Amino acid sequence: MNELLSIILTIVTAATPLLLAATGELVVERSGVLNLGVEGMMAVGAVCGFGAALMTGSPLIGILAAIAAGVLLSLLFGFFTLTMVSNQVATGLALTLLGLGLAGLIGEGFVGQPGAKLGKIVIPGLTGIPFIGPILFGQDLLVYVSLIIVAAVSHVMFRTKTGLIIRAVGDSHQSAHALGYSVIGVRYLAVMFGGGCAGLAGGYLSLVYTPQWVENMTSGRGWIALALVVFSSWLPWRLAIGAYLFGTITILGFSLQAIGAGIPSQLLSALPYIVTIAALVVISGNRALTRANTPACLGQPFVPDR
Amino acid sequence: MRLVLEKRAERSQPMALLSPVIAIALTLVTGGIIFALRGLDPFHALFVYFIEPLTTSWSIEHLIVKATPLALIGAGLAVSYLANVWNIGAEGQLTAGAIFGAGVPVFFPEMQTPLTLILMLMLGVLGGMGFAAIPAFLKNRFSANEILTSLMLVYVVQLILDWLVRGPWRDPQGYNFPKTIGFSGWQTLPSFQILPPSIGPLYVNLGAIFAVLAAFALAFLMGRTLKGFELRVQGVAPRAGRFAGFSRAKTVWFCFLLSGGLAGLAGICEVMSTVGQLQPGISPGYGFTAIIVAFLGRLNPIGALVAAFALAISYLGGESAQVALGISDKTARVFQGMLLFYILACDSLILYRLKLIGPARLPVESRA
Repeated sequence: MNELLSIILTIVTAATPLLLAATGELVVERSGVLNLGVEGMMAVGAVCGFGAALMTGSPLIGILAAIAAGVLLSLLFGFFTLTMVSNQVATGLALTLLGLGLAGLIGEGFVGQPGAKLGKIVIPGLTGIPFIGPILFGQDLLVYVSLIIVAAVSHVMFRTKTGLIIRAVGDSHQSAHALGYSVIGVRYLAVMFGGGCAGLAGGYLSLVYTPQWVENMTSGRGWIALALVVFSSWLPWRLAIGAYLFGTITILGFSLQAIGAGIPSQLLSALPYIVTIAALVVISGNRALTRANTPACLGQPFVPDR
Repeated sequence: MRLVLEKRAERSQPMALLSPVIAIALTLVTGGIIFALRGLDPFHALFVYFIEPLTTSWSIEHLIVKATPLALIGAGLAVSYLANVWNIGAEGQLTAGAIFGAGVPVFFPEMQTPLTLILMLMLGVLGGMGFAAIPAFLKNRFSANEILTSLMLVYVVQLILDWLVRGPWRDPQGYNFPKTIGFSGWQTLPSFQILPPSIGPLYVNLGAIFAVLAAFALAFLMGRTLKGFELRVQGVAPRAGRFAGFSRAKTVWFCFLLSGGLAGLAGICEVMSTVGQLQPGISPGYGFTAIIVAFLGRLNPIGALVAAFALAISYLGGESAQVALGISDKTARVFQGMLLFYILACDSLILYRLKLIGPARLPVESRA
């Protein structure tokens, strides 16, 4: 029972950074922008969050710094792709390369330093309930935040006018522009939201998941988050299910490693990437599912004519 | 006041040529500012970083060594990106090529004939192609996004390499270091002297010659053949390509096999020369830097050859700046990322012109 509990708890911590980053990217893509820089923004978020927490001793300030770093980098991406209409795919790659480089440079002094860890919450009376208590009432703050963000995104996107505008901009920027909405403005806001979420996801890695700074600690999670968005066919709740499924598979791999099933550890470490490819294949093969929800203007540049 | 873009009547030819120059200049200015902020004399730092690597024949040899894989991979990626096929996994194809080719000395350490060399190079190319075939197949059969699949495979193959050199392929006499046996004789690339000692002896290995050949061959393909036209049409106007009856699936196959094969060749050349054995970390991210090479080279194979030198300088400069100035060699990666940003933004100015406009005014209705 105790082992099962600890496995469930680690699954949640493995899933949360993916969920955070992917939810942000979902909003970005719904507005018609493809930002492939998630990995880079996560890395910078992780290092800035770690550094700020180390200097101030407060993981909460670290989290705010991580978000700010992500937003700043996403503004860079926004300026280049939205104002300067550069190629979104290539600029996203540039953001990832730059972000990974910057993170390595900023983090040089942090390697090997013990970090500040964001603890798990305790609600007297509730957290103590055996088994269910720690799962429902004893996670770290960001787990709840991530679920609230998913709920909020789902509500705003499909139940409010704001969501309708975001989707209109993503599905037909010409029509949205003709109706008087600022396509570029909406996209800037979406890109910034995505950046904040990616930064937060990075901060989660360096403040909760493994409270330390190691170069390349994001290890492809930004790319997995991008794949999750496709997997979810741009639906927030399906995204949450995907992230948790994904966390489960990753942790099962680690557990097998611990048992020592005779499988080389490297092959088990490769499991998340192979599963991502498999998930993409399964979901992309299903035309009806992807066509219905793919934002029609995804990745297309928009220059308003005057 | 705000900055807006206005579409030009036609593409600006001068801008197309100037764009990479402006991008490099902007990168240097930004770099100078960063150095100044860290309390270094920006001019001296930039000199150490970007000029010093060009001053001795020894460092020029090193420059060619670093430029070789970048040019090989960059040329293939340039063709792919031009045709709108996004192979991001060249780093993985490089690793796969290195693994396949290295199988020869690992399994037949005694084999020392010219055939060894040819076999290793061919297996390197095939390894890269085979590994690139996976995202191509998944794209064509299941329309799975090739950007994500090719990138995921980088992690997978790097883990396979790690497993091989720590496990079955480890050198039994290697004191438990994660590496295969060292390569020697026909298992390594021959070098050629291209400048006589009077000017300063200059040696290059076979890989550099492949890089030059590949650049010119691909430039011919793109500029002078129907296949090249087909690829370019699909990049510029995918719909027109469809109406012309060009097969998208075939293009995806062609681009992945071509760029994967070249990346595999780059990989096997690296382990047969600079590295000298199979080990984890055979490439300092050449496959990713080659993406920048492709764009800096205007998605033109010859351009990629030139751009490879620019990026090779940033690698070498990073190393010498670490020694001479005590700044991290990670600065190189920041420079590289910045450079790509600037090129992409400058490329927009080929189609658009920048305009600063005043506060928006309401259109004046006709009052007549």
